[in-house]
Amino acid sequence: MVGALIMKFVIQIDASPHEAQAANTAYQFIKAALANGHHILLVFFYYDGVCNAQVSSFAGKDDLSGRWSALAREHGLDLVLCVSAAQRRGLVSAEGKDQGLLAPGFRIGGLGQWVDACLKADRILTFTS
Amino acid sequence: MSVLHLVNASPFESAALSRCLARAGEGDAVLLLENGVYGALTGCRFSREVAEAAAWLDIRVLAPDLRARGLCASSLLQTLGQVDYDGFVELAVRHELSLTWT
Repeated sequence: MVGALIMKFVIQIDASPHEAQAANTAYQFIKAALANGHHILLVFFYYDGVCNAQVSSFAGKDDLSGRWSALAREHGLDLVLCVSAAQRRGLVSAEGKDQGLLAPGFRIGGLGQWVDACLKADRILTFTS
Repeated sequence: MSVLHLVNASPFESAALSRCLARAGEGDAVLLLENGVYGALTGCRFSREVAEAAAWLDIRVLAPDLRARGLCASSLLQTLGQVDYDGFVELAVRHELSLTWT
């Protein structure tokens, strides 16, 4: 029975939460997948998707970075930012270090982690604008 | 291997849906989500293309995105099924591959 299958997902998010719905859709998808017993091996933030990690000083309760942090804390999600994409957007230093702009639960990584997770995954989904 | 096609752009502003329907194969599924849900509207220039495809292709619409845009059942093609996020996950499980059209 298909409904009983437990699967390993990896998710790529390419869009900023400020200008497209894609990141929010991904968040809702991941919540539903977890609620149905599936595993999320990796959430990889690429291109403008790295902006999901940025803590905003004037964020309200709808702030997505805070909701990502909470979901990561609750379910042990691995939230990985592409270091090059994050450097280009000023989120991390030229040396690839966090400068205090990243919300808890996010870590800096690269395409190596993405490829590695894809090799282990049953399903790969990309959310983009 | 079957494919879950994700279309999140409105057909009023993107050719993604048309290109997707032209490439989808038998056994695939298409999910209209975000502004892509406008592809489920009836009485538009692309409605016939979508209705014809739905005769052989499993085309679904993400219900929360319909509600967010105030689209009610009477304005939609009746042959398209609706799913929630659980149904979205189920579609992803059922199809080995996914393709996001932009």
